[in-house]
Amino acid sequence: MALLEYENLSIALPGMARPVLDGIDLTVSAGEIVALVGESGSGKSVTARSALGLFPTGADIDGHVRVDGTEVVGAGPAALRSIRTGTASMIFQDPRAGINPVRRIGDFLTESLRVNNGWDKGRANARAAELLAAVGLPAPERHLRQYPYELSGGMLQRVMIAGALTTGPRLLLCDEPTTALDVSTQAEIMAILGRLQRERDLGMLLITHDIELAAAVCDRIYVMYAGRIVETAPTAQLFETPRHPYTAGLLGSSPPLQAPDGPPARLTPIPGSPMGLLDSAPGCSFAARCRLARPGVCDRTAPRLERHDEALVACHLAEESLTSIDNIATREGS
Amino acid sequence: MSAPMAGLTRRPVAKLRSMGGSRLENLCLGLLVLFVLVAVFAPWLSPQDPTYGELGTGLVGPSADHWLGTDQGGHDTFSALVEGSRTSLVGPLLVVLVSTVAGIAIGLFSAWRGGWVDTVIGRLLDVVFAFPALLVAILAVAVFGKGMTAPVIAMSVAYMPYTARLVRGLAMQEQARPYIAAYRVQGHSALYVAVRRLLPNIGPTVLAQSTVNFGYALLDLAALSFLGLGVQAPTPDWGAMINQSQAAVLRGQPLSAVVPAVAVVVVVVAFNIVGENVGDRLAGRKT
Amino acid sequence: MSRTTTRALGVVSRLAGMAATLLVTSFLVFSSLYLAPGDPASFLVRGRSASPDELAQIRHRYGFDEPFFVRYWDWLGGVLHGDFGRSYVFHQDVSSVIWSRLPATLLLIAAAALLIAVVGVAAGIVGALRRGTRTDSMLMLLVTVGAAAPAFVAALLLRSLFGVKLGWFPTIGNGTGVLDRLHHVVLPAIALSVTFMAMVTRVTRSSMLEELGREHVEVAVSRGTPRWTVIRRHVLRNALGPIVTVSALLISGMLVSTSIVETAFGMSGVGSLLVTSVNQMDFQVVQAIVLLVVAAFVVVNFLVDLVHPLIDPRVAAAGSAR
Repeated sequence: MALLEYENLSIALPGMARPVLDGIDLTVSAGEIVALVGESGSGKSVTARSALGLFPTGADIDGHVRVDGTEVVGAGPAALRSIRTGTASMIFQDPRAGINPVRRIGDFLTESLRVNNGWDKGRANARAAELLAAVGLPAPERHLRQYPYELSGGMLQRVMIAGALTTGPRLLLCDEPTTALDVSTQAEIMAILGRLQRERDLGMLLITHDIELAAAVCDRIYVMYAGRIVETAPTAQLFETPRHPYTAGLLGSSPPLQAPDGPPARLTPIPGSPMGLLDSAPGCSFAARCRLARPGVCDRTAPRLERHDEALVACHLAEESLTSIDNIATREGS
Repeated sequence: MSAPMAGLTRRPVAKLRSMGGSRLENLCLGLLVLFVLVAVFAPWLSPQDPTYGELGTGLVGPSADHWLGTDQGGHDTFSALVEGSRTSLVGPLLVVLVSTVAGIAIGLFSAWRGGWVDTVIGRLLDVVFAFPALLVAILAVAVFGKGMTAPVIAMSVAYMPYTARLVRGLAMQEQARPYIAAYRVQGHSALYVAVRRLLPNIGPTVLAQSTVNFGYALLDLAALSFLGLGVQAPTPDWGAMINQSQAAVLRGQPLSAVVPAVAVVVVVVAFNIVGENVGDRLAGRKT
Repeated sequence: MSRTTTRALGVVSRLAGMAATLLVTSFLVFSSLYLAPGDPASFLVRGRSASPDELAQIRHRYGFDEPFFVRYWDWLGGVLHGDFGRSYVFHQDVSSVIWSRLPATLLLIAAAALLIAVVGVAAGIVGALRRGTRTDSMLMLLVTVGAAAPAFVAALLLRSLFGVKLGWFPTIGNGTGVLDRLHHVVLPAIALSVTFMAMVTRVTRSSMLEELGREHVEVAVSRGTPRWTVIRRHVLRNALGPIVTVSALLISGMLVSTSIVETAFGMSGVGSLLVTSVNQMDFQVVQAIVLLVVAAFVVVNFLVDLVHPLIDPRVAAAGSAR
C-alpha cells in the first residue's frame, strides 16, 4: 500500500478563475523519495500541505488524499491529529519563520512529545538532544536552551528537521527545505535529509523548483504546472527523454548540479511567466508559453495524463514532439 | 508576477473595505459636515436663547416648545446643544491647528538637522509625551485660571509631539529618497525642498493624524469643562452641560446630560473613523 | 558575562534617562506654578486686608522672597525626601493629604486595570479568533464607540442606568468597609476603563491576527498541536509584547482620568483632590499631584522597557547588539 496517495485531488478557491489544484494524482511509497517540481504558484506547496489536512481556508476540496490508508479530505480532528503526530511530518521552507522566535529551541523540539504524547520534560529533552546530534548540531544540550535568533539559518533548518523527526514519522514532506539557505548550506541539508531517509527508511515528498536538485536525490519526479501534474517519470527517464515541453523547458533553464567538463552549459529560459490564479485557459495551460503549441489543438481541450513508456504525460503532442523537444533542451554535451 | 498571491489574499478584503468602509465613512463625513455647519450657523439655528433659563420650566420633557426638554435651570437643551457645538468645534480646532503647524515645523527641523539636535528634540518630546493632555490642561487652569484660552494653548503643546514624531519619521524616510537629493544638488535650499516637495508628500498622513487628534482634543476639552475648569456658565458647552445636569441625573431625569453626551460620542466616533480610514487608505496605497 | 554587562549598562543608561526626564518634569511643574499670576502671600491671608509688613513677613516665612532657583532647589530637595511642602488649604503636609486619599484611587485603578487586562484582552482574543464573523463586527463596533466614549459620558450613563434607575449600585461616595467599598467602586471602575478597554481590545485583536498568520503557527498546527495549545503558546504568547506595553502605558496614564471619574461619582481620591485643589488654588497640592501623575507614567514606561526583553527575547538581542 502506498504511504501517501493523492487521487484526483482538486482544490478551488472562490473568486479565482482556475482551481489551485486540478485533479492531482500522486503516490509515494514507503522508503521512496519522490519530487514534486514546478515554478512558484504551481500549487506544489498546497499539494504538500494537503497531506496534513492543511487546506487553504474557504476552499472547495474534491478527491482524496490518503496517508497510510487514512483519508485526509473531510477527516475529523482526531484522525488529522493522529496523522500529524504519528505518520507524517513536514519540513517548511524558511526555518526563521517556521520556528517560534520567542520560545527556546528545546520548546520547539519537545512540544509535540510533551503535549501530544505526554512525555515528561527530562525524557523529551533527552530525545530532542539525541535528534539534534543526529542532524549534526555540535552542542545539543546548549542549543536546547538557545533562542532561534542565536542560530544561523542552516542550523535552524537542522532544528526544523529534528523537530519533524521527534514523533518518529514514516513520511516526510519537505517543502523547499533548502530554498531559504545559502548554497553551501543547501548541500549539507540535502545530505542530512538523504542520510536520515536511508537510516529510517522514510517515504519522502520533496517539493522544489530546482529540477536538478530533485534529480540528484529522487527516485521519481512529478512536474507540476498551473495546478496540474503535467509529467511524471522515473528520474533517469525524465532526464533522458522529457516528453512534456514544460519539463524540457525546466531542464533547459536550470544549471546542472555538477558542472560538466567542457564549455559551460547554455541556459534557455522559458518565455513568459507562470499562470496566475486569475487566469485560465480552455486548453492546455502551458500552451501560451509553449514553443511547440499548435493552434486548433493545444488551445481546445486540456490534455490528460497518458502513459508513454514508463512516463505519464499530459500533452497533446507527447508522441510526435519527442524530436522537437530534443531541440528545446539545448544542453550542450548531454 | 505576484498576481496569484494578490488574488488570494488581498482582493476580497479590499473589495469588502471599498464597499462597506466607504459607506460608513461617507456617513461619518456627512455627520462632520453637519457638525461644522451647525456650529457655524448656531445663532440662527437655535430656537431659543440657551442662556435664558425660565425658573418655572426646569427639567421638562421634550415638547413642541423644548424639543429635547430643559435642564434644571430651565435652559432649552436643544438650543444649548446647538450653541454648545461652537466651543466643541473651535477649541479642538485651535489645538489641532497649532499643534500640527508646530509639530510639522519641529519634526522637519529635527529630521533636517539630525545629529545631537535631533537627539535633544527627541528627548524633550519624550518629556512632553509623559504629560497627558488633560493634565496639562488642568495645570494651565491652575496657573492662569478657568476658561478655555490657557488650556487650549497648553493642549496644543501636549498634542504637538504626536505630529512632530510622525513628521520626523516621514521626513527621514523621504529624505532618503533620490528625488530629494536631486533637488538639493540643483542648489535648492533645504527650506525650499521641505516646503515645496516634502510637505505635499507627507501632508495626507499628517492630516489623518490631525483628524484623529481633533477627536481626542474634543474629548479632553469636554472633560475639562465637565470638571468645571473649562468653559464657564453661561456659555453653553457640551461638557459643561453634562456637569450642570449631575443633580438631575441623580433625580432620574438624565435627558439634559445624555443629549450632549451622545453628541460628544457621535462626533468623536465620526472623527476617528474618517481619520483612521484616511490613514488606512494611505497605508494601503504605500504598501 | 559580557551580555550581562551590556544589559546592566542598558538598565543604568535607561535609569539615567528616566532621572533626567523626571528632573525636567519637576522643573517644568515648579516653574509653571511659579509663573502663576498673583501673589501667593496675599492669597494666604484670604482677602483679609493685610499690611505690607504682614505680607512681607508671610513671604519670608514661606520663603516666597527667595530667588527662583533657590526655591526650586529647596522644593526639589524636599520632594526627594517625600516632602511636598504644606497645603495652604488643608494646613497639613501635602504628602499626608495625598497619602490619605491614595488608597481609594489605587483601588479604583486596580479595579479598572483588572477589567482592562481581563475583559479587554479576552474580547480582543475572541475578535481575532472569530475574525470576519458577526461577533467580530459587533465587537469592533463596540470598540469604535467605546474608544470615543469618554469617562464622563460612561459615568453618566452607568450612573443613571445602574445607579438611579435600577438601583443596583450606589451613585455617590467611596463607601465604608471592604465590601461596601468594592460595591462603590464597580461603576467608577467600568467608567474609567471603557476607553482603555476598547484600545486594549483593538491592540490585542490586531496583534493576535498578525501572529495567527505567521508560519510558525502553521508549523505548530502541522505537528498536531491542539488548537488551544497553539493559540496559547504560539499566538497569544507572541502577541503579548504589544498587549503588555499598551496596557501598562494606558493604566499608568489612567491616573489623570481618575479626576473625571472621582468627580463624577463624588468620590474622595487623588483625582478629585486635584480638581478641588485647582479650584481652591492650593498650588502645593496641584504641583505634587501633577508630578506624581507624570512620574507614574515615566516609571511604568521604564518598567515596561525592562520587562519587554523577558517577553520577547529578540528585543534583548537587539538591545545588546546596539
